[in-house]
Parts: sequence; structure tokens; C-alpha cells
Amino acid sequence: MKKLINSPETVVTDALEGVAAAHPSLSVDVENKVITRAGGPQPGKVGLVSGGGAGHEPLHGGFVGYGMLDAACPGEVFTSPVPDQMLLATKAVNGGAGVLHIVKNYTGDVLNFQMAAELAEDDGIEVVPVVINDDVAVQDSLYTAGRRGTGATVFVEKIAGAVAEDGADLTAVAAVAREVNERSRSFGIALSSCIVPAAGKPTFELGEAEVELGIGIHGEPGRTRAALTPARELAVVALDAIRADMPVGGDLLVMVNGMGGTPLIELYLMFNEVRKYLAAHGGNVVRNLVGNYITSLEMQGFSVTVCQLTDALTRLWDAPVDTPALRWGR
Amino acid sequence: MDAEVFRAWIVSAAGVIETNRDHLTQLDAAIGDADHGINLARGFTAVLGALDAAETKAATPGAILTLTGNTLISKVGGASGPLYGTAFRRAGKALGGAADVDLAALSAALDAALAGVQQLGAAREGDKTMVDALAPATRAFSKAITAGASPDDALSVLVEAATAGATATISMQALKGRASYLGPRSVGHEDPGAVSTALILGALRDAAQAGR
Repeated sequence: MKKLINSPETVVTDALEGVAAAHPSLSVDVENKVITRAGGPQPGKVGLVSGGGAGHEPLHGGFVGYGMLDAACPGEVFTSPVPDQMLLATKAVNGGAGVLHIVKNYTGDVLNFQMAAELAEDDGIEVVPVVINDDVAVQDSLYTAGRRGTGATVFVEKIAGAVAEDGADLTAVAAVAREVNERSRSFGIALSSCIVPAAGKPTFELGEAEVELGIGIHGEPGRTRAALTPARELAVVALDAIRADMPVGGDLLVMVNGMGGTPLIELYLMFNEVRKYLAAHGGNVVRNLVGNYITSLEMQGFSVTVCQLTDALTRLWDAPVDTPALRWGR
Repeated sequence: MDAEVFRAWIVSAAGVIETNRDHLTQLDAAIGDADHGINLARGFTAVLGALDAAETKAATPGAILTLTGNTLISKVGGASGPLYGTAFRRAGKALGGAADVDLAALSAALDAALAGVQQLGAAREGDKTMVDALAPATRAFSKAITAGASPDDALSVLVEAATAGATATISMQALKGRASYLGPRSVGHEDPGAVSTALILGALRDAAQAGR
């Protein structure tokens, strides 16, 4: 294993100290692993809290700031944070209008956020959870824990953050968050595994000429394994899976996301294939993100997330945002 | 069984989890996200620290298990933190303030732990989870006690049923947790949560036998 670390045990806290040093707009409680906007809660504004395992940077800490999250709590690498962290974050951002918990649909995240919400309610803070489950690689059925939360999380955090900044109440912010989740679908493909620092070796082995289709964001194996093919064919695999579940006509917000170890030149190439496919199926990509937004350590590969926009959602997407990883209009 | 036995159980559990840290992580790598052993080892290390710090406060079997559960919830994260944390908390609550615990009370506490896990995680037997070790174990334990088994025999039955339950998960398709994303590809692998459950119950047997 070759990594730029001091020791596997201190990866998360060492990185948080770097985040604190790099971004004076953030207030970082390194010991408790809670990132909040500097300046404390805003009276009357709904607070937005998200969290999840570390290793997906810039998610979630890189999205704390004006127009997006109020707080993020990273767990250990690929491990959900604990209720204590989430409770601290919830208290820190409560401006009296309640707090939205944005939870990716993994058993650990859901259970820990559920416990944190109960603790916060004991303290008189109203909490509404919204569970993100956009990954079509997982069948949503009685036979699984349900779809995983992946790329749509970025869209939900941005758009719900914009609504909250406009002064909407908790019910309205939660409704928009759910709407974005329901209108979004994702699919990911890996070219290589990632290496969890504490494990020290690749989570899975892939042959030179193989790809893993339907990969999650934790190095968990995907739907199936296939031969590596040209990018345009991989785009078809990903978008066929999305289109089988949701129409892709009309105005779309599309993210082509790198898993951490993919050069931007390949992501732009893939974005072009994605755009062409969608255009051929009546989709008009009016907004996009191309880059590393929800990663899986050093994994090579990409995920594509498609969101059906409405005029209102487009306006909210365009609203000013000022975070370490997403910044425009301000 | 007094507080010393329960303290010895937790110390022994921490030891066996540390010894099997890489094995549990490898099992998890096959069908999950390769951190089960790492997270449980981190959690039990924190539990040992908490028990040392609370030497006088955690003076009863129930208090020791409750402190263990609270610490696991606060330190582990993932799904195993809340699930194991709830299991130990419920067991601790069921034991109440008793200074000495007999087999029947222990059996009731393990039943409470199972109920807590199932309530939180909504898993049933056959879903390829820790329930597949814990449920047959508590059932066999209770049956052995009713049949008048000695403490040694009843605890051996408990551990054998848990271990057999864990082995039986190999042929199951996961219906809960991260392994369920694999669908049929989860078949052929032993569930790491079921294996760690069998290890922790094995530590209970060892501590109880050493304590007499």
C-alpha cells in the first residue's frame, strides 16, 4: 500500500486538521469530527446536517458553507459516524427552525442517524431525515437493504441548501430534498479497487481487462463483472440502467463523477459520451458537474447521476453557493 | 455469575475480536466493505478503557453490559455499532441491578439482546446477518436450561448453536445490510456479523467457565 498518510489510525483526524487550516470559512472540531460553518447557527434558518464515512471527499465536509450544508460529520473511512457526532452537529446548527438530516441509504448511516434524531428530539430539536437512494445498480426490493445513496446526495445538498437559504421551513426543505432524490438516478463503474487504509490491501481484485459494473462508493462489489470496453460502451451500460428506471427526456442536470483515481481528461471524455447518449434519447443536459465530488478513495472509475430538472429546481441549482468544493454566483 | 465474570467476558471478547480482527475484515471484504474486524476491535478497545475508568461505577453485571453497549454505540459507527450496542444495552437492562446472575436471568438477557437487534435492524433468521447466530443460540440455550443442563453444558450448547448458525450463513443469500447489494453473489460467504457474534458468545462461555 502506498498512501500519503502518517498512520492508518489517524488518517481522518490528520486530514481534518488540514481542512481546518485550509478553510477559515469552516469551524472544525477535530476531536469530535464535526465540521460546521464558522459563525454559528443562523437564527430562523433550517439547519442542514449530513455525514457518512470518510473517504468520499469532498463529500460531505467540502459542501459545508453558504447555500449548502451547515454541518458535516465524517466517520472513520467508509464507516458511518456515531450518534454523538451527529447530535453535536445538530445542536451546533439549530437556529430554532429545525434540522434536516441528509442520510445516504446504508444500514449503518440510517441506524446511527435514527439514534441521533431521537437524542436531538429529547433535547427539543425538531429533526426530519431524508434518505437518499438513487443507485439503480441495486434492486430496491424486499430482498435488499434498498438502493444505495450515491451521487444524488450532491444534488440534494445543493438544492435543499438553496431552499433553506431562502428561508423555507423544515417541511418545505425536506420536501424539495425528497423531490430531488426521487428525480435522480445513478450508476457507477470501477476500473480498479480502492484500498482502505486500515485494511492495507485492495478491497477486491480486478483483472487488467476487467471492470466492475454497478459499483458502490465503498469498494463493495457491484452487480457483475465485465470486460473493459471503449468509454462509449460503458456510458451505454450506465445510462441503459438508469433509463430502465427513469425517463431521461427533457431538461437534465448531469454529474459525471470521478471515483478518486480517474484523470479529468477521462471524465470529460465520458461526459461527452453521456451527453450524446442522452441527446439521442431526448435528454437535454442544461446543467452539469464534471469532476471528483463523491469519491471512493483512490478507486479508478466513474459514476453518472441524472436528475430531471424543473424550472424551479434549475433556479435553485443556479442559486449562489460558497463551499470549498462548489462555488458560484456569490 | 457476578460482575467479575461479566467483566471477564468483555475482556475476553475484546481479546478474541482483536485476534480475529483480520479474519473478520476479510470476511467483510468478500461481501461488504472490509471493515468489520477493524471497527469492532476499535470499539472493544474503547470499551476496555471505559470499564477501567468506571471500575467502581460499573459494579453489577447489568451496569457492565450497559456501559459496554453505550461505548460501542459511541465509538464504532457503521451498522455494527448500533446493533451490538443495542444488544449489550438491552441485555444490561434485562439484568437490572442484580449482583449475581443465574442461567435463567442470563437467558432472558440474551433474549432481550436478540429482540433489540431485530427491532433495530429488522432482520429475520435467514437474512444472513448476526441474527442467524444469535437467534439459534438463544433458543438452544433456553431449551438446554429448561432441560436441566449444567451451566457448562448449557453454555457449550449456546456457543455450538451460534457457531453452527454462523456456518449456515455461507449458503444464504443476504437480504439485509450491505451484503444484500450483491444479491446471489453473496452466497458462498460466511456473514462476518454472525461470525463475530459466535466469537463473543464463545468469550462468554470461556469467562463463565474460568469464573468457577
